[in-house]
Amino acid sequence: MPQDTSYTDQNFKLVGTRPRRPDGVDKVTGRAKFGADATAPGQLVGLILRSPHAHAKIRKIDTSKAEKLAGVKAVVTSADLPDLTDGDRAMLDILENCMARGRALYDGHAVAAVAAINAQTARKALKLIKVDYKVLPHVTDVDEAMKPGAPIVQDWVFTTGVEPKPNKPSNISQRNEFGHGDVEAGFAQADVIVEKSYKTEQTHQGYIEPHACLASVRPDGSGELWVTTQGHFTFRNICSSLLGMDVAKLKVTASEIGGGFGGKTHVWMEPVALALSRKANRPVKVVMSRDEVFRATGPTCSTSIDVKIGVKKNGTITAATAELRYQNGPFPAIWGMLGAMTSFACYDLKNVKSVGYDVLCNRPKVTAYRAPSAPMAAFAVESTMTLVAAEIGMDPVDFRIKNAAKEGTLASYGPTYGPIGIGPTLAAVKNHPHMKAKLGKNQGRGMACGFWFNFGGQTCTDLNIGIDGTVTLTVGTVDVGGSRASLSIIAAEELGIPYDQVQANIADTASLGFNDMTEGSRGTFSSGMATIFAARNAIEVLRERAAQMWDIPVKAVVWENGEARATGKEHGNLPVLSLKEIAAKAPRTGGPIAGHNEVVADNAGVSFASHICDVEVDPETGGTKVIRYTVIQDAGKAIHPDYVEGQFQGGAAQGIGWALNEEYIYGEDGRLQNAGFLDYRIPVCSDLPFIDTEILEIPNPNHPYGVRGVGETSIVPPLAAIGNAVSDAVGVRLNHVPMSPPRILKALDEARGS
Amino acid sequence: MRFESPKTTREAVALLAKEKGSAYVLAGGTDLLVRMKTGLIEPDLVVDIKRISAMQSIKTTASGTRIGAAVSGAELGENKKLKKAWPGVVEATNLIGSDQIQGRCTMVGNLCNASPAADSVPALMAARAKAVVVGKNKRRTVAVEKIITGPGETSLAKGEIIEAIILPRRSTKSGDAFLRFIPRTEMDIAVVSAGISLTLARGVIKSARVALGAVAATPLLVPAAARAIIGTKLDDVALEKLAAACSAACKPIDDKRGTIEYRTKVVGVLACRAAKIAYQRAGDA
Ligand SMILES: Cc1cc2nc3c(=O)[nH]c(=O)nc-3n(C[C@H](O)[C@H](O)[C@H](O)COP(=O)(O)OP(=O)(O)OC[C@H]3O[C@@H](n4cnc5c(N)ncnc54)[C@H](O)[C@@H]3O)c2cc1C
Repeated sequence: MPQDTSYTDQNFKLVGTRPRRPDGVDKVTGRAKFGADATAPGQLVGLILRSPHAHAKIRKIDTSKAEKLAGVKAVVTSADLPDLTDGDRAMLDILENCMARGRALYDGHAVAAVAAINAQTARKALKLIKVDYKVLPHVTDVDEAMKPGAPIVQDWVFTTGVEPKPNKPSNISQRNEFGHGDVEAGFAQADVIVEKSYKTEQTHQGYIEPHACLASVRPDGSGELWVTTQGHFTFRNICSSLLGMDVAKLKVTASEIGGGFGGKTHVWMEPVALALSRKANRPVKVVMSRDEVFRATGPTCSTSIDVKIGVKKNGTITAATAELRYQNGPFPAIWGMLGAMTSFACYDLKNVKSVGYDVLCNRPKVTAYRAPSAPMAAFAVESTMTLVAAEIGMDPVDFRIKNAAKEGTLASYGPTYGPIGIGPTLAAVKNHPHMKAKLGKNQGRGMACGFWFNFGGQTCTDLNIGIDGTVTLTVGTVDVGGSRASLSIIAAEELGIPYDQVQANIADTASLGFNDMTEGSRGTFSSGMATIFAARNAIEVLRERAAQMWDIPVKAVVWENGEARATGKEHGNLPVLSLKEIAAKAPRTGGPIAGHNEVVADNAGVSFASHICDVEVDPETGGTKVIRYTVIQDAGKAIHPDYVEGQFQGGAAQGIGWALNEEYIYGEDGRLQNAGFLDYRIPVCSDLPFIDTEILEIPNPNHPYGVRGVGETSIVPPLAAIGNAVSDAVGVRLNHVPMSPPRILKALDEARGS
Repeated sequence: MRFESPKTTREAVALLAKEKGSAYVLAGGTDLLVRMKTGLIEPDLVVDIKRISAMQSIKTTASGTRIGAAVSGAELGENKKLKKAWPGVVEATNLIGSDQIQGRCTMVGNLCNASPAADSVPALMAARAKAVVVGKNKRRTVAVEKIITGPGETSLAKGEIIEAIILPRRSTKSGDAFLRFIPRTEMDIAVVSAGISLTLARGVIKSARVALGAVAATPLLVPAAARAIIGTKLDDVALEKLAAACSAACKPIDDKRGTIEYRTKVVGVLACRAAKIAYQRAGDA
């Protein structure tokens, strides 16, 4: 039976409260088990040998000496991971990224792996593997990679989305265009046109927990994997397919996760760990070092973007275009396309066109990073928006309000919006005391907006009522930000019981149906929806059991405040039956009481945010400090406001790091120079002010409680908000992120003519 | 790998001299352990000096202050007398790492690790500090600027240990200061740094020492920069000359932490700011 997912306004008892999360104490006391905490009897240590070259042909790998070393139990290369993908190039790309197949495609690309009785032996074995490389020309810059004559990263890639069909391979894997109207005509009507180019450098999600897994494959071909991941069901499907295992015979258990932000949506060394275990016939544990995390897992793209906006003197935008070039690493992906889709999503535009290019380079395979592709596009568009406002002498907030998208707007990427939050967040900016606070010397203020699609996807949830009336909620979306607390609130709200009567757990892949990953801000949105329906299904069972206990028709039983109540003249005088009383009788009324639900949670409501930021710039060193920061975002409905605020703050913190200091730095040799937290500078605590938040609640019409995903949008506006603030503080516009001290000082010196 | 914790400097020196393989002194270990864990070095012998009593104390005599090689940054920061006499040296040492690192790290470890960006070293050089070097057969006292010979390289011979740092007695009307530039607020390595110590006579700078960090292969003592301010009241002209002398002296590289252009420019800015602080402190002293 299709479930009614539409929003209904209601008075909540628990939704909107802030109880303690079930995993909190374990995490702050060190009891929680993360990826590297899994152990198994007889486990081996797995280590991976990585290419020191950005691009090289692998002529030969000689593993014989390593294999002979005492204590080494298995050595694997791509020969131990045969191609079983049956023509599925995207799957083959995943396999090739896990282990090079004849060619190393970036500094850090895995070329071989060993499993040995201890780390010392494994390290020795790595040194005994001889790889004969022929170094090839490489390219790491997105604009360079697009030039004719650039080294070709993949000779089987031909640009799609262009006419005529090219007959030569290219680093541009695809071109995508979005928009509507006639931009040429629009620009012709403009009083002022601003055109600018921008660059953003590559950044990593920077999660504190490195990738780690323990793999155990039995001789009968079945196996288990304990792993830190954002989606163990997806990991199971991909690993079993790459290794030729049956889906049902690989059980994957997700550990507690020490951050993912998109980086743990993808397999990196897990298939290799399984291959090592299969060959050694022993459990194998692989824990990445930070150096490996930076060099060989998926950061986000570096980009190069042009934006052009035409406007009438009254502030109406007549046309807007953007060309976005996104560096994807060595395999085709869709990041430039997503950048093009998000670029103008905040605005109601008559004539708009955005063109996205996806470009291959000899850098690690890019994967999702929180609202993937949107922050760079927003940096370019929102910087230009503020410039345009200045050109026509209009307040930048008023200018955005005038052009903001609203219900019924045809979005630049295709759909027509329902009720959305961009207008309300801008109105909240306008009224926020932050906007009126005094600024000191060398201080400036900026603001910017951001958009993210959000995702729903496949979800499956179980709710079991114990003999004592406590409730086990079993979900399949990994808890990355407090979702067990939010989902327990939802279950308790539906059942009408206290929060602490519910215990939420994340099931392994053998215990629940398929769940998409915790990505696209979907955890609380989709598992929340499935939890509501599972609870409602359980209530149906509870009503039936109560009817049985009373021996009256089910239709005379209602569920209210955690109790079954008999209704009507005939039965109205019966004493109520509590959940506890019904649960206690379950063995004799039909057995365990449970509710189950599976759903494809479509129509995750789109999400908008507006940020305000104050900075202080030292004009002599170019050092910048963020001194005040405010996030205003639409949450649809904040189930547990603490974790909504936490997401707002976390995204802003990551955006601040990206804006000011974080970047992948490559040498001429194509090697990553700063593969560690010392020189890849994420902000430390003292770098950040307290990040203020304001939650707006514009209900998502497609969720029973009105929930929208909240996890990602908050990383979208900071780059531009900070760029706009720096410009306000010291009068120079930085068009290259990160706005590191050397870049700011250089811009200042150029402006000062010194 | 062998691990030894001798009780005396002599024993430590003997252990190091005898070892045929690679041998390392362990003070706080905040450099050594990182290098071991990342596989950069695989020592055959590690000699822990934290149990050696001669290396654990801070002693002030008529001629100056002797700081044992195993004294941590946190202990230094708690010594009020030293903080008053050499605020620049103490501040520089206290900038190293974080609270956790401060509990372990030492000035001598910072010096012997021989990084061009070591924070305490320019301050020690400006302060005219000396190192007590103990070898198998002799003991010598060497100016700190003679210890570092290149990135990661020192003038210490095999088996030699630094037992202590000696800071001269602070003369009246003098002050020191150290500043570094890092893009973050802490847990970072200096992009450039400057340490200055100076003495006044009736408001005029009588003597001065200027040392710079992270702008060459080793921390640099820059006599020309000192000359630029000696005989002045640190007026704008003097400051401009100081900045120019510092910029002229540095031979930086372009790397992941900063550009040549940036370092050359900002080193002058920091030197001027540090000079102003030192001047103020000297006036108040
Ligand atoms: C997280 C972190 C942050 C850091 N931040 C900074 C910073 O901000 N600024 C900075 O300058 N450094 C920083 N460092 C580097 C390090 O902490 C300092 O260099 C520290 O002063 C080293 O002191 P230690 O006692 O720990 O040295 P150790 O690691 O014990 O020794 C360092 C080297 O000196 C040798 N050595 C030690 N003592 C002697 C001796 N008595 N005689 C001869 N040789 C000796 C050792 O053999 C070794 O080669 C940081 C390190 C970490 C891990």
